[in-house]
Amino acid sequence: MATKASRSAARVMMAPAVVLLLGWMLVPLTMTLFFSFKKYLPLRGDSLERGLDWVGFDNYIRFVSSSSFWPSVQTTLIMVGGVLVITVVLGILLAMLLDQPFWGQGIVRILVIAPFFVMPTVSALVWKNMFMDPVNGILAHLWRFFGAEPVLWLSDASLASIILIVSWQWLPFATLILLTAIQSLDSEQLEAAEMDGAPPQKRFWFIILPHLSRAITIVILIQTIFLLSIFAEIFVTTGGAFGTRTLTYLIFQRVVDSQNIGLGSAGGVYAIILANIVAIFLMRIVGKNLDA
Amino acid sequence: MSLRKLLAAATALTVAGGTGAFAQTITIATVNNGDMIRMQGYTDQFTEATGIGVEWVTLEENVLRQRVTTDITTKGGQFDIMTIGMYETPIWGANGWLVPLDDLSDEYDVGDILPAMAGGLSHDGTLYAAPFYGESSMIMYRTDLMEQAGLEMPEAPTWEFIAEAARAMTDRENDINGICLRGKAGWGEGGAFITAMSNSFGARWFDEDWNAQFDQPAWAETLNFYVNLMNDAGPPGYSTNGFNENLSLFQQGKCGMWIDATVAASFVTNPDESTVADKVGFALAPDNGLGKRSNWLWAWALAIPAGTQQEAEAKQFIEWATSKDYIALVAENEGWANVPPGARTSLYETPEYQEVPFAQMTLDSILSADPNNPTVDPVPYVGIQFAAIPEFAGIATEVSQEFSAAYAGQQSVEEALEKAQALTNDAMEAAGYR
Amino acid sequence: MARATSTQRKLGTTLLAWAVGLLIFFPIYWTILTSFKTEAQAISDPPVFLFFDWTLENYSIVQERSDYMRFLWNSVIIAGGSTLLGILIAVPAAWSMAFVPSKRTKDILLWMLSTKMLPAVGVLYPISLIFVEFNLLDTRIGLVIVLMLINLPIIVWMLYTYFREIPGEILEAARMDGASLGKEILYVLTPMAVPGIASTILLNIILAWNEAFWTLNLTAANAAPLTAFIASYSSPEGLFFAKLSAASTMAIAPILILGWFSQKQLVRGLTFGAVK
Repeated sequence: MATKASRSAARVMMAPAVVLLLGWMLVPLTMTLFFSFKKYLPLRGDSLERGLDWVGFDNYIRFVSSSSFWPSVQTTLIMVGGVLVITVVLGILLAMLLDQPFWGQGIVRILVIAPFFVMPTVSALVWKNMFMDPVNGILAHLWRFFGAEPVLWLSDASLASIILIVSWQWLPFATLILLTAIQSLDSEQLEAAEMDGAPPQKRFWFIILPHLSRAITIVILIQTIFLLSIFAEIFVTTGGAFGTRTLTYLIFQRVVDSQNIGLGSAGGVYAIILANIVAIFLMRIVGKNLDA
Repeated sequence: MSLRKLLAAATALTVAGGTGAFAQTITIATVNNGDMIRMQGYTDQFTEATGIGVEWVTLEENVLRQRVTTDITTKGGQFDIMTIGMYETPIWGANGWLVPLDDLSDEYDVGDILPAMAGGLSHDGTLYAAPFYGESSMIMYRTDLMEQAGLEMPEAPTWEFIAEAARAMTDRENDINGICLRGKAGWGEGGAFITAMSNSFGARWFDEDWNAQFDQPAWAETLNFYVNLMNDAGPPGYSTNGFNENLSLFQQGKCGMWIDATVAASFVTNPDESTVADKVGFALAPDNGLGKRSNWLWAWALAIPAGTQQEAEAKQFIEWATSKDYIALVAENEGWANVPPGARTSLYETPEYQEVPFAQMTLDSILSADPNNPTVDPVPYVGIQFAAIPEFAGIATEVSQEFSAAYAGQQSVEEALEKAQALTNDAMEAAGYR
Repeated sequence: MARATSTQRKLGTTLLAWAVGLLIFFPIYWTILTSFKTEAQAISDPPVFLFFDWTLENYSIVQERSDYMRFLWNSVIIAGGSTLLGILIAVPAAWSMAFVPSKRTKDILLWMLSTKMLPAVGVLYPISLIFVEFNLLDTRIGLVIVLMLINLPIIVWMLYTYFREIPGEILEAARMDGASLGKEILYVLTPMAVPGIASTILLNIILAWNEAFWTLNLTAANAAPLTAFIASYSSPEGLFFAKLSAASTMAIAPILILGWFSQKQLVRGLTFGAVK
């Protein structure tokens, strides 16, 4: 169907986006790779103009052999995984609930999607101070009201707290996509199943869930991309303390706190590798689902 | 909307950037502390007098550090004046990144700056940043609670007394904690406190060959003492409390004692903000009979990054903001208790200021701090609650995170010290010290 | 009988849905409410919900300290500009992917998404150095470009999924009539794609508005948007819950309002091709 002319036209039209993204990817990536093989300590007076010393794979070895490396990978995976599980499970339930007829659908929908509009810095600040503060936070008030000892959210349950904050922000996104998918479900099919006497669980597992699989994959894919680089929520709440140091945050500490650009760049390369492993894995699934 | 309209709109919007910043405007990066925010209120007077406009970039401390450090190391040149501290100034000055402040006017009277402050803000005898305010740390305590406990605060207490008093004042039923101390991770937060405290226990960060010293008994002693004290008499969740958290606890009357920056004195005695304003006493930071107190020395200072186009204007601003006249201006409008403290000798010679309850104790605390000789055993570094080497901020942030995890009970003190030892040596090796 | 159960069921669903909705919304409600309290009321125990002296004091303090309108304007320009620029570049790309697919289309699409996985902190130095080199620091145009590049993959993908749902026969017909490529896009495709483009624009304005790493690190005074505005209200000295709430409300209000007015668009549009 596509003629030669339209093919070349298509290429021309795609060019700006592809070229820009290629540049956006390659230029910083090349610089990061370059720095990662160099000793680059700006506070010690190292600079590009003066020339940087080649140190081979030193930075790479040092970054992985640091005692913080594996825990940070683990933290990253737990955080991303935790948020994904919470948002997908609650998102499905919420989408099914919002799909039912009830009074005030429009308003409830607005209430549910609102957190998505809140900037991460603001939501982290609000949760940290006004909710999770062990003395003045509203959760502490609530716990005391029931005679319980307030939970020290950001030190005793730090990772869970951050997962909670991030899930709150991303739940609307998951719900929205899943809701749209549920709404497209053929109601006749469901009714037929109901007629046949299929119990609700069966209807869920055999009709609704398979129908949602594509939407779920997309939620997982998009969220993973954003979650892997989560930063503000950690920076504001714990600053990486109490086992909340993700790979991204570890790199931040190496680059900004320690001002060791070489080491941080090596970490950046590892982060890219990790992201791509996750990406390949995800894209296999999505790729399949996109064709289906 | 048609494509053409879209295009036009996008172009118009993007071209609109890049305006602003006319010749007579300086941009200042600063921290969101009370004294700085007060200064912003008076900038109009500076602009009126000189015709120089001022753009403020006010950021929270951690964000500020991140911003200005990146800007200075990449030569971004976004700021004409940066608010930095005693840690950054000598390091940046040594790298030639700051404009030396060696030609300030006579009426500015550089000699009036407290020697301890001028010393900490210089490199090789050249001043690189002018102190806006200076601080040490001291004990702030509730006179009423102390009395209730049947104790009397000596002017220069020991840690032993502090521990006893803290436990005696603690009243969990009524939400009163005997003592509030920083435990929050971060080299400028809990890290600063525990380092200053460790000095009085005879601990040090490095020996003279730059070997980490966390495997020495003095550190274990410091940390165990701190953890036991805070578990018995500290507020819940102290491992996430920094200066601001403790300040608000103290102002709400939830702390018996608080050892922290001397500048806090004006906030806790201000009846507009503090519920305990008339019941606060002051004492020197505690010691352990080893000859070193656990007080630190710090200044928030204004410095000019080298390469700015507005050097002369920036200098003019610094001379205005850190002058005697500025102090007088604040005193006139807000009272003597609210002037920026700890920077100038003449302030402490002003009779009106001597009547401010915390003035003398602040000065005594500042004078008793010696950054060149901070520890019991000799060390190769300068600085009390920090070591003025470029690697310190990174290392100390990680070390203090290990400590905070120990405060929260997630690991033992021994484990924390072991990790601190390993990561410090590793980082020092990476930087080529060992 | 059936009607009674369905009414009963609807009532139950209503109660449950409202409870969940209010619970999710509560943090925002609480922030807005606290912004009208005094600092002392903001931390009072037990918390006060409605019966307190409503005050606008916090807003005037915040406004006095920092010129809200300037930050707001920068946010509007940066979020709007980067989205429009992104749409301009993405529409042709998405069009060609959707209507002239080749074997590599899907790979290109997935590759584009993978560029989003570059951790921002890892390239802080490279990007800063580039910005210094090209004098882009603290300019709106610099941020417009960066945010456009960050969100471009998402824009392309969203548009691609919308365009794919447009039946190809219509385009064929237009082509038969001798319409040129440009006209084809302008008169045939665009009207059909408007809902999709609209929700893409919405989502990207939200993403750009809330981006807090580059907007904070690459700006000082001139181009600083609301993310920088909020950075001066996190944990200052003394009590700050009420002031923080006021600043937070000011930072999120515009986008919240935009989001609410366009929620139908978002609900319908945010599919990423999840629905076939």
